[in-house]
Amino acid sequence: MYANAVFTLSNKDVNQLHREALRDVERVVLTLDVNGEARQLLVPSHKTLLEVLREDMQLTGTKHGCELGECGTCTVLIDGKPQLSCLLLPIQLQGRAITTIEGMANGSDLHPLQVAFAELGAAQCGYCTPGILLAARSLLEENPRPARDEIREALAGNLCRCTGYTKILQAVELAADRLR
Amino acid sequence: MRVVGKPLPKVDAAAKVTGRALYADDIALPRTLHCKILRSPHPHARILSIDTSAAKRIPGVLAVITGLDLPIKFGILPVTQDERALEHEKVRYVGDPIAAVAATEEEIAAAACDAIAVEYEVLEPVMSIEAALQTPKDERIQDYGGPNNVHKFVALEFGDVDAGFSRADHVREDVFFFQGNTHLPMEQHSAIATYVDGKVTLWSSTQVVHYVHRALSKVLELPMNRIRVIGAAHGGGFGGKTDPFAHEIIVCKLSMITGRPVKCTLTREEVFYAHRGRHPVLMWVRTGVTRDGRITAMHFRSALDGGAYGSYGVASTFYTGALQTVTYDIPAYRFEGCRVFTNKPPCGPKRGHGTPQPRFALELHLEKIAHDIGLDPVELKRRNFVQPNTRTVNWLRVTSCGLEECTDRVIDASRFHDRERRPGHGMGFAISSYLSGAGTAIYWNDMPHSEVQIKVDRGGVTAYCGAMEIGQGSDSVLATIVAEELGLQPSDIRLVTADTDTTPIDLGSYSSRVTFMAGNAALEAARKMRALLVEAVEASGRGFDDVTFEEASVLAEARFGTLTTAGSYTPPKIAGPYKGSGVGPSPAYSYSACVVDVDADARTGLIRVNKVWIAHDVGRAINPLLVEGQVEGSVYMGLGEALMEEQAFRKGLHKWPSMLEYKSPTFLDMPEVETFIVETIDPEGPYGAKEAGQGPLLPVPPAVCAAVHDALGVWIDEIPVTPEKVIEALRRKEKGEPPRYGPQRFPPIPYPPTIKVEPPPKDAAITAI
Repeated sequence: MYANAVFTLSNKDVNQLHREALRDVERVVLTLDVNGEARQLLVPSHKTLLEVLREDMQLTGTKHGCELGECGTCTVLIDGKPQLSCLLLPIQLQGRAITTIEGMANGSDLHPLQVAFAELGAAQCGYCTPGILLAARSLLEENPRPARDEIREALAGNLCRCTGYTKILQAVELAADRLR
Repeated sequence: MRVVGKPLPKVDAAAKVTGRALYADDIALPRTLHCKILRSPHPHARILSIDTSAAKRIPGVLAVITGLDLPIKFGILPVTQDERALEHEKVRYVGDPIAAVAATEEEIAAAACDAIAVEYEVLEPVMSIEAALQTPKDERIQDYGGPNNVHKFVALEFGDVDAGFSRADHVREDVFFFQGNTHLPMEQHSAIATYVDGKVTLWSSTQVVHYVHRALSKVLELPMNRIRVIGAAHGGGFGGKTDPFAHEIIVCKLSMITGRPVKCTLTREEVFYAHRGRHPVLMWVRTGVTRDGRITAMHFRSALDGGAYGSYGVASTFYTGALQTVTYDIPAYRFEGCRVFTNKPPCGPKRGHGTPQPRFALELHLEKIAHDIGLDPVELKRRNFVQPNTRTVNWLRVTSCGLEECTDRVIDASRFHDRERRPGHGMGFAISSYLSGAGTAIYWNDMPHSEVQIKVDRGGVTAYCGAMEIGQGSDSVLATIVAEELGLQPSDIRLVTADTDTTPIDLGSYSSRVTFMAGNAALEAARKMRALLVEAVEASGRGFDDVTFEEASVLAEARFGTLTTAGSYTPPKIAGPYKGSGVGPSPAYSYSACVVDVDADARTGLIRVNKVWIAHDVGRAINPLLVEGQVEGSVYMGLGEALMEEQAFRKGLHKWPSMLEYKSPTFLDMPEVETFIVETIDPEGPYGAKEAGQGPLLPVPPAVCAAVHDALGVWIDEIPVTPEKVIEALRRKEKGEPPRYGPQRFPPIPYPPTIKVEPPPKDAAITAI
């Protein structure tokens, strides 16, 4: 089937591509409540929350691992519940409380989960850490005394390639103890 | 010691838990342009023409480049300079880069890539080891190597192997296959470049700023002093960011053309195709043993599916045969290795680089021999353990060695020999060893492998080193060693690392070299600094311990002027006297032993890992918390490879190029891990330290397979151990066929004549030759 076939890729109509690239992007004015701060923005309506946080609000603590809703890296809290910012449109989120990793500490005082993650080496490369910290915070707010299997269940949507998860589980348990 | 050996937090922990660490894609410079790369949709094709005229007309597009703009070839190894940043003559795998666009918006750059017209003449792709050994239907993938699509042959013999086999009471042969898999770092590769005043600066997610620096200089035809490479905060490497990559060169070139900063962040799908991961390796091994289980000779053959380019492949090929002798005393050893080119993303180094595959084969093979001769596998392995302070038959120098202690720890803790017997439950044991840094540099030179400078003024301490923190704790090791010598805390030390302009050389975070090499360089620099401080304090009539550090530094600065010291590390020259001896030597080897406990479901073929006990001889744990983290992470990655991870292709396309489809262990899959740190205090390591980041992965896959055999009585001789393989092996067992799943044969490979090497004399010195 491969023998000496000659054809071209990208024979899409060039004019059509011009139009696509130049199309009028619909922009919307939004007010988002991020980390307790009301922020007014003018953004293309198709941009995801992940993109708006990182590119329009300089909140680069929210990371991306797949942008397809598969890895949990971009987790933020919406009204306290973990959600994947790569699958959310900001236009849906006006009037909702959005929390990113930048909103986890109280000023310069780290959240007990952040302290425990630092103390126990639960962050190695640190790239999945913001999403996991936020998911863990939501868990502890709902269930202050989670069993280890409940922590596993709550964080199972967040992949980490460095730690083998062990120190993360220990850190969530340590923070839960201290929060009680 | 005051800080060495203490479980202190990583020095970069605060930045990581607050989201303030700046990874490459987080860096935004004013007027930054976005880059997208057009990649080949064909696994093998000649490029007849590339028309970028339409793309260039799209408003917002500032530059479109092809291979004509970057024609110079590069590659990580000097012997395989076979890659181009953009190919304009031929593509060799789906994903090979062809053209790149810089535009004001990412979406415009993507649309411009779509507007580039490429004419191909499609060639027959070569998709397997066996196919690569045959005469190609169209043309060879690369124009070097051979015959056919063979890239590299190795054929070495140490000692008299035939005589060894004739001494044996029992000889066994087995064939194994280790499927390829990929690093899957959470962070996609990303790079941003800027060009000002004739100088390029690149921030990149790389493990090796120095090698990127060299490749940029070559391809951009700029002297190295016009290029600065800075390692941004790093979101995971595992070997996957150890090659210089096309996108790193492309953003520099586009920045030079446009005069604006240019950024390129790969999509997750592109990361799967960028790859450089674990080679699929087919292996054949034949070993002779005496009645009491002593190895008399071994013959090991490997065939590596290399993908389309060289990458680290020559080294990977040697590594599939090098370290067998570092765990077992093999008196006569023959190794024949072969790497082939195929039309798939290039393979390269992944955690354990070229050694997890043979380790899997070797451990299971010895397990089977033990069953054959009615000996406990742990006992058979113990009888052949290498001894400290010896040289192996292939001239590798073994110094500190904690194999016995590691084995004792996991066998005792797991109650391996008095485990309860119940259906479907099993335990498996395996050992391994890994390098603490390669003893030779990638390109031949006599310079140090790592250098550290320390500056002290008015009580402040800054340490400068090219070492790259990739999450493993490289920064913490540097800070801890400097703090230990100067009587401070690691958090007192400012670090400047991985910046080719401001830091002295370190070759990078690969081959588990940082703790040993940068650690020794830091130790030397810090001891020199301490000596200056002590001299100045004592000249003032006081003792060093009677003054504060700040007072000491003021006295020393007043006495000596600017306070700077430097240290460097060059590995000892210990390679054997034969061609190819450069791969395998290391200043020290780490050792691991592991027991895996599984429940295996004969109905579904599902394997559940209940617990892993692992002991690791790290020499000395500079920070036990970080050592545990490396061991746990290695066990995790080993379990993923053993049970689910698979980089497989259909018609040149990756079968599962997404994080959902490419299965990796989640929180729910990961068992409890009990880690034992064994300290043998290596004579040459900093405070006795050796590596921790890679070795503990190695024993996990064979221990899983041994446990599956213990549970179900079937051998799974192929990684990953998926449920369908287990079911098929059980079906064969039921039908009275050999109870096994795995490759049936090893193909005939036209290895060249074996080069015979005299083993080292019995009393060979373990010091440098």
